[in-house]
Amino acid sequence: MKLLTIAAAALALTAGLSQAQTIRMGTEGAYPPYNFIDDATGEVTGFEIELGNELCARAELDCTWVRNDWDSIIPNLVSSNYDTIMAGMNINEERKQVIQFTQPYTPAMPSAYAALSADADVEGGVVAAQTSTIQAGHVAETGATLLEFPNPDQTVAAVRNGEADAVFADKDFLAPIVEESNGELVWVEGFDTVPLGEGIGMGLRQSDTELRDKFDTAITAMKEDGSLNALILKWFGEDALVFE
Amino acid sequence: MFSYCTDPSSLEGLVWLSCYLTSGTHLLFYASFGTVLILLAITAPVALLFGYGGAMAARSSIAPLRWFGKLYTSMVRGVPDIIFFLFVPIALDQGFEWLRHQALCDSSQPVWQGNDFVVCDAAKLPLNTSAAWVHDAYGIFLAVIAFSVVFGAFAANVLFGAMQAVPRAQLETAEAYGMTRRQVTRRVLVPQMWTYALPGLSNLWMILIKATPLLFLLGVEDVVYWARELGGAKTSAFSYPHPDWRLYYFLALLVFYLLMTWASERVLGRVTQRLSRGQATMGGDAQRKGAVA
Repeated sequence: MKLLTIAAAALALTAGLSQAQTIRMGTEGAYPPYNFIDDATGEVTGFEIELGNELCARAELDCTWVRNDWDSIIPNLVSSNYDTIMAGMNINEERKQVIQFTQPYTPAMPSAYAALSADADVEGGVVAAQTSTIQAGHVAETGATLLEFPNPDQTVAAVRNGEADAVFADKDFLAPIVEESNGELVWVEGFDTVPLGEGIGMGLRQSDTELRDKFDTAITAMKEDGSLNALILKWFGEDALVFE
Repeated sequence: MFSYCTDPSSLEGLVWLSCYLTSGTHLLFYASFGTVLILLAITAPVALLFGYGGAMAARSSIAPLRWFGKLYTSMVRGVPDIIFFLFVPIALDQGFEWLRHQALCDSSQPVWQGNDFVVCDAAKLPLNTSAAWVHDAYGIFLAVIAFSVVFGAFAANVLFGAMQAVPRAQLETAEAYGMTRRQVTRRVLVPQMWTYALPGLSNLWMILIKATPLLFLLGVEDVVYWARELGGAKTSAFSYPHPDWRLYYFLALLVFYLLMTWASERVLGRVTQRLSRGQATMGGDAQRKGAVA
């Protein structure tokens, strides 16, 4: 009898779920303009949040956003605490071993070095980068001393207080910081546009192919009708790279 | 929050500050103090209960129970806290979900698929459809268990020591009156041991207060997370751009933690006074002499 009730409850629950699937979308909330916390409301906002909501609407999914530290963002996806990652995560081989990606929703975005002076030594000095990013991987290969931080904000603070000679991150993340620093931070000469990565994609569990196909279809549709390019221009400025 | 805050970029000085300090993220920051206090208020008694159980088990005359008590205290105390905090909640969460998967879903579906831990939608805990606060409450629940297991082990050791410290003569006298083992424990041993346990327990309480930033490992956004997040430099992408203000936020936390320890010291001081009344300890002696004079 008990089993029957449980089974009935389970059926009722799954029946309810099949109408509108609820997807939990993981993000970091600390990487403007990709994803950050809107300080007026306390909710996450940014390019990826707007894009993610649009993708969910097109795929007819109910989506809620979940904040998670960058460090544990992949392990928590894999153990099903949420279902997708949209956190400025570049598609690369190492990550593909553990999770799968949709097609990229940005072109390959360049990275850049910023420092207190334009002649900072980025190949022999100390360079700050966020832990387990493709930028951290790149710095480790250049011969510079890599200084890792758990969140992107701290990498910039490390340059400001002299702990690191330069910071290496996505150019779109650094650009507003450099512009608004009143000349304190500048691009490192010759290293202000370093092509890196294959573009940013949405990460999913490897077993979730059905969900990936839904989002892939939605991304393709947004690329074709130009709304994805419009969104990129809105958040990254008129000079941003767009899809052909 | 205030009606004049709709366009922060046009504000200056104190008005700007009043809007800034009541922004959405700041309200979440203030609420996180509540989270920490709730966690402390639940964890402390639960950990004490775990400790009491552990100490009683370690003193038990039944061998397996005694082994369990000793194993619990020595094993948990020997493992670094951070490993425990990463292991216990994940293991508990996946354990619950596995059980629900067996009961509610097609249990022939494997739970582990390659790298992925996947249970059916109905077995998720909390359900994907649950409100955000349910997810938060569940996170806090797991945190309370993890904290209680760890601090319970330390408390068990303190209580075990305190029970040994009660003068043997007291217990012998009680036995001479014909009390059973259980009565001796309840009427003589336990009431007297608190005075010996209190210094150790108050240490644990102080350490527990300062251990709450570990919450963020479990995805619960605590005061330290918000201080770091709010204090970081903000560009004009935000409504309230400002330079690196982490120093001020961490100073505020410093004050909070100092106030917490100050209040705890006072309360614990009173409890010590209350507990040493009539005890054959230095504290108790001093009280008796004071009363005579």
